[in-house]
Amino acid sequence: MYSQKVMDHFMNPRNMGEIEQASGVGTVGNAKCGDIMRMYIQVENDIITDVKFKTFGCGAAVATSSMATELVKGKTIEEALKITNKSVAEALDGLPPVKVHCSLLAEEALHAALWDYAQKHNLHIEGLEPPKEDIHEHEAENPKE
Amino acid sequence: MNKIYLDHAATTPTRSEVVDAMLPYFTQQFGNPSSVYEVARINRKAVDEARSMVANALGATSDEIFFTSGGTEADNWAIKGIAEAYEQKGKHIITSAIEHHAVLHTCQYLEKKGYQVTYLPVDEYGQISIQDLKEAIQEDTILITIMYANNEIGTIQPIEAIGKIAKEHNIIFHTDAVQAVGHVPIHVKEMNIDLLSLSGHKLYGPKGIGALYIRKGVRIKPFIHGGAQERNRRAGTENVPAIVGLAKAIELSMKEMEESNHKIIELRDYLIKGIQEAIPHIRLNGHPTERLPGNVNFSFRFIEGESLLIGLDMHGIYASSGSACTSGSLDPSHVLLAIGLPHEIAHGSLRITLGPENTKEEMNYVLETLPKIVQRLRDMSPLYEDFLRAQS
Repeated sequence: MYSQKVMDHFMNPRNMGEIEQASGVGTVGNAKCGDIMRMYIQVENDIITDVKFKTFGCGAAVATSSMATELVKGKTIEEALKITNKSVAEALDGLPPVKVHCSLLAEEALHAALWDYAQKHNLHIEGLEPPKEDIHEHEAENPKE
Repeated sequence: MNKIYLDHAATTPTRSEVVDAMLPYFTQQFGNPSSVYEVARINRKAVDEARSMVANALGATSDEIFFTSGGTEADNWAIKGIAEAYEQKGKHIITSAIEHHAVLHTCQYLEKKGYQVTYLPVDEYGQISIQDLKEAIQEDTILITIMYANNEIGTIQPIEAIGKIAKEHNIIFHTDAVQAVGHVPIHVKEMNIDLLSLSGHKLYGPKGIGALYIRKGVRIKPFIHGGAQERNRRAGTENVPAIVGLAKAIELSMKEMEESNHKIIELRDYLIKGIQEAIPHIRLNGHPTERLPGNVNFSFRFIEGESLLIGLDMHGIYASSGSACTSGSLDPSHVLLAIGLPHEIAHGSLRITLGPENTKEEMNYVLETLPKIVQRLRDMSPLYEDFLRAQS
């Protein structure tokens, strides 16, 4: 049901990992729904010079995270903001209809990381909205094991 | 790469002996059993013999076996047919929270039609409590429908005790035994079972065939109308090849059950122990002893089930999961939630169901492969990152 590109990005994810002392970190999604995406960005002179991700989720969630980092790397913040869930899905040769929400998560994780960067540096980024979901609120709902 | 099939609770291959038994009924013995000429009479006899073979396997008599298109139809018919036949007596039904959707959704449908349904909770191992069952019984309870064994976690219910209580209270007892028939010994009379659903393709028979056992004396409304087949209770020309195949499959599985289970249980316990030793932060789902011979179900913390399945698939291992992503909804399996797992742990479940053709070599391959895939996904998981950070 997945395209070859999705399978490739799932099996060989690009930019998986963490960035110590990242310029911005964003975590979106929630464990209750089965997917969480965390994106780390390094910003220098308004350019996203490095980006890493970690994802808890299905094959599509991992692949969209990986593709989103590829699309973002080397872009200016303004360019990065133009990347939408649609462009991520298209770059993966499409996603099954039930998996489209996974691509939304990638877009939101990027925006959350940029928001975190802006907050830390007291910047205003035109067109950037605060992250919709705060993962920690959801975590609090889950009973402890 | 060799493919390793570890999803026998989803379906099983049709055995070659079964296919051989079925083949003549497609091209040569193709007659309609309802016709009067000779070829039809031969088919009538084949269906009668099949019915008696199925009856023997359950401790029932031939006239208590009714062929259906499968387990789902048998469940639907049993529940709706009893509900309708006994609506004058009452409109209360008792079931459990971990039934297959063929039962759960049928009960939900009846709720919309004015019936009242009690969904008994289960303990952490997936068993209902007999005390809860007793307390749930009302004046107007007409049906108890509790599955014999669970398809996801393999837990076997205290069927004899349930049957005893149903009998004492004069309530009809139906059990969805789709996962159990051919895998564990069943005797409908000794266990006081009034209705029992079974399916062909879960026991090395063909798909598209099943049966409903209906104890003599139980009233039931027909579900499918349009002919006198199955003693006026289930219309439609008999699926003769599939009926013959189902009977052959049941006969073989009864004959080989003891030997086969001995081998499967040994493999299952070897795999469970191996996984527990190789991978930390996991949970064995289901009952430690009261479980189906071939069922292994684990939750792996910090990872999601579908990724795990794809990872296994890339290594030629076919298994199943109760994660939301495999169910097409946002919620993980209702069974895993009912045994008390938090959502995130339920999402990380893996079901392996073994069959007699599996080998120890295959288990060793799984034990070699699975820990690497789990570790790879954990290294990718922000939940695992947070966990490690909290540890240090």
